[in-house]
Amino acid sequence: MKSLEELAAIRNKMKDKVALRENNGDIRIVVGMATCGIAAGARPVLNAFVEEVSKQHAENATVTQTGCIGMCRLEPIVEVFEGNKERVTYVKVKPAMVPRIVKEHILGGRPITEYTIGAAE
Amino acid sequence: MKELSLNILDIVQNSVSAEASLIKVLLTETDETLRITIEDDGRGMTPDFLQTVVDPFSTTRKTRKVGMGIPLFKLAAEQTGGELTITSKTREMSPEDHGTVISAFFYKNHMDFTPLGDVVSTLISLIQGCPDVDFLFEHELPDGKTVHLDTREMREALGDEIPLNSFEVLEWARESLLEQYGL
Repeated sequence: MKSLEELAAIRNKMKDKVALRENNGDIRIVVGMATCGIAAGARPVLNAFVEEVSKQHAENATVTQTGCIGMCRLEPIVEVFEGNKERVTYVKVKPAMVPRIVKEHILGGRPITEYTIGAAE
Repeated sequence: MKELSLNILDIVQNSVSAEASLIKVLLTETDETLRITIEDDGRGMTPDFLQTVVDPFSTTRKTRKVGMGIPLFKLAAEQTGGELTITSKTREMSPEDHGTVISAFFYKNHMDFTPLGDVVSTLISLIQGCPDVDFLFEHELPDGKTVHLDTREMREALGDEIPLNSFEVLEWARESLLEQYGL
């Protein structure tokens, strides 16, 4: 049985790490989670990003959620914001695409053009 | 929606938008029936607005955006012979006890019943997206057992410096829920 004591242990283990992380989140991965996004499959996409960002140690990125992005037919939509760079919009995202986006774009700095809205339109 | 757990994810976003600080997701299940209740302490809705939210096509009002979240949830309940009820009190109507309660009742054996699906992923997604909101989740199962998760208890164990949406904490919550479900 998972116990709350385990959370206290996580707390002790993470204390120092958290301060470090807060300074580093300069890439934002934003998943559209309105009715349209959820119906199109945004939930597993969101969870895949949360998992991959942790697994691949992409400590420069934070994963957040937003409402309707306004292009419901292209959901699930994921936007990546990084400093002054132009935002990258991925459309019809599937969980299977997520490891590659984290590896090549978030860590490698090279957006995957074939998954973006430019390629879909 | 393919799963009722996706409707739950969608409906709870309304509570978050209404600036709720505590959102309760309560499931009561028997062999034949399922009740899903979502209760928040947010800003509530006026009786007029409530009407437009349940049936977005009954109004010509253009001053507010009304979504399809609640109508889809209502349809999912009614197509099993069940129903959806909403009660809501605004701050002005009830300063001490405001918020919204949405309750949907389903007959599970009806051929148009949508399966509950992955409710664990729904909860993890909610905590991930709203680490500053508290969630109480209770699922009474047909065998009498109850699955329970309360982020207020988690917060107490974690202290202030560790956010609830830390990966390690989300994994703890996921494993705790899966274990209670016997998965």
